[in-house]
Amino acid sequence: MNQPKKTNLSNKALKFCQLAGLPVLIPFVRLFAGEEPREQVREILKFVGVPIIASLFFIGAWSLASERIKTESAQLPGPMATWQAARELWQSHVDQKRADRERMAAEREKAIPLMTQALSLESRAAEADQTVREQLLADAAVYRKRAMLAANFRPTSAPTFVDQTFRSIGTVFVGFFIATLIAVPLGILCGMNPIFNAAMTPIIQLFKPVSPLAWLPIASIVIIWWHNGSSAEHALFSRAFLISATTVSLCSLWPTLVNTALGVSNVDKDYLNVAKVLNLSWWQTLTKIVIPASLPLMFAGLRISLGVGWMVLIAADMLAQNPGLGKFIWDMFQNGSSTTYARIAVAVLVIGVVGFVLDRIMICLRNLVSFDSTVPA
Amino acid sequence: MTLTRLDKPVMRQRAGGQLLSPIMTLEGVSKGYGSGEIRTEVLQDIHLNIREGEFLAICGFSGSGKTTLAQLIAGLITPDSGQVLMGGVPVNGPGPERGLVFQNYSLLPWLNVWGNIALSVDRVFPDWTRADRRAHVQHFIELVGLTHATRRHPHELSGGMRQRVSLARTLAMKPRVLVLDEPLSALDALTRASMQDEILRIWEEERQTCVMITNDIDEAILLADRIIPLNPGPRAGLGPTFAVDLTRPRDKTALNHDPRFKGLRNAVTNFLVAARQKSRDVLAKAETLPRVQRPLLKPRKF
Repeated sequence: MNQPKKTNLSNKALKFCQLAGLPVLIPFVRLFAGEEPREQVREILKFVGVPIIASLFFIGAWSLASERIKTESAQLPGPMATWQAARELWQSHVDQKRADRERMAAEREKAIPLMTQALSLESRAAEADQTVREQLLADAAVYRKRAMLAANFRPTSAPTFVDQTFRSIGTVFVGFFIATLIAVPLGILCGMNPIFNAAMTPIIQLFKPVSPLAWLPIASIVIIWWHNGSSAEHALFSRAFLISATTVSLCSLWPTLVNTALGVSNVDKDYLNVAKVLNLSWWQTLTKIVIPASLPLMFAGLRISLGVGWMVLIAADMLAQNPGLGKFIWDMFQNGSSTTYARIAVAVLVIGVVGFVLDRIMICLRNLVSFDSTVPA
Repeated sequence: MTLTRLDKPVMRQRAGGQLLSPIMTLEGVSKGYGSGEIRTEVLQDIHLNIREGEFLAICGFSGSGKTTLAQLIAGLITPDSGQVLMGGVPVNGPGPERGLVFQNYSLLPWLNVWGNIALSVDRVFPDWTRADRRAHVQHFIELVGLTHATRRHPHELSGGMRQRVSLARTLAMKPRVLVLDEPLSALDALTRASMQDEILRIWEEERQTCVMITNDIDEAILLADRIIPLNPGPRAGLGPTFAVDLTRPRDKTALNHDPRFKGLRNAVTNFLVAARQKSRDVLAKAETLPRVQRPLLKPRKF
């Protein structure tokens, strides 16, 4: 009874590896399930061992280069320096958060006596004469306000590297989300209606190749105009965040739009004949036939869009001073301390890792919606 | 729950020996593609009566306009001249009362077997209760013997199984006329033979008015009540009717030794071969190659 259960489990794990776009893990699962161990070990050596050796070569070359490449003021950071900088960044993040927590706890502790003071003043006021009462109530209000401020204290320390990383991820998702909301319906319309497509084609072809940095000043005018009048405290998003996100949207719009239009206009004629025989309405044809049939291409577009968005974001952060990874790099570059370049190297690696994870997420989503048996990497 | 067909007047009519009335009529139908110099006339002056409850086979070589004829009957395309009538009313477009089984199955790959059939059933019988619709879908999955594969997707099915799903999907719409457009031509010989038996069994069960377009004369004789050859195109027209007076239920192995079967096969084959020769002579005289229109790549209109 044990054997089939195990096979079933490993089958599920294999399916997950395919779906998640991590075929590298397949030989490990097979080895674990005891399937042809020699074959699996060979596979692992080929697809895991070789990349590790190649990475070691890269690190070796990097460290050699870092010893050679020096200017008067700076040196190319080597792997060890980068590792050291990463640990420092993490440590400073941990320290900062701890300090913030301690500060908050201390403030909260202050709040309790302040509140008791306010309450006792208020109760005295209830019994006091008319003349004293007003004075007491005013004092109570002051104490109450200080208690509230202490209880709701938020430390205003500068964002750490980890905060900035999450800020960047948040920005790219907001930008990507806006781009998807615009690009998918427009793409569907372009694919379905030749007249609309003809109207959109010049606009798409004109703006598709434009660099994000050209967009950014114009995007910022729109955001500043839109943001005008709302104070910084009350705004849902800061101005820099919105400028970055808008730039990301404007650049990541196009792959989704073009791919969606392509997917919709190339829906198999046979599927449309099925819709005709069933007398499906326009809306039903759209939702039951056209959209499901074009989902794989649509998601291929979304994957490219997210990749483009992530690349654009770093530049947009630098220019818009949105406190994300781009601003981190820019600030490091400006301050020019001894660890500057090592920290930038850490940021570069983190950008790479985040980009990789985002790409895998999109592959996974695309595999979930694609209906053919072949699962391309 | 079992569903019984209430609309089986055909059997009674046959028993009474009455003349079968035409359910569909094609009157002088012509159809061509392209315009100007590159225009090709595919079908010309087609006259056809499809009788209630019969199994009609239309036989022809590839390229003779068989699929065009199937699409005309189904209403997916409209004739250039002449008209297609159903119960005396002109057919203006496709609809579930003329169920078309596509040559290449046309199953929706993102839906499983159940979903593909349920899509038609939910659309054609929207006022049934959910339970009735479910039972209806289940019934037709059972009819084509795919109960074990209900939750599989098309890419997990063999060619024969896909065509069964396609058949079940179309039958489940309860069309008044079932149009089979070369339903078995994409299958290998063995699967094809077993699917012929399957279609024969289902037809005996359902007694559906059925028009089958095929390039296989044996298949036509095995299944049909009447065979009409389609002359090779361009400007294809219909040949004379060959009545298949073999008793039902028919058995393939027994038929192979039946002299009437052999005679019929020879007659139809000879007719088609002679017709092809004639059309080749005509084409040779014209001394022009048929022009092929380059497909236009542009967004399709829905």
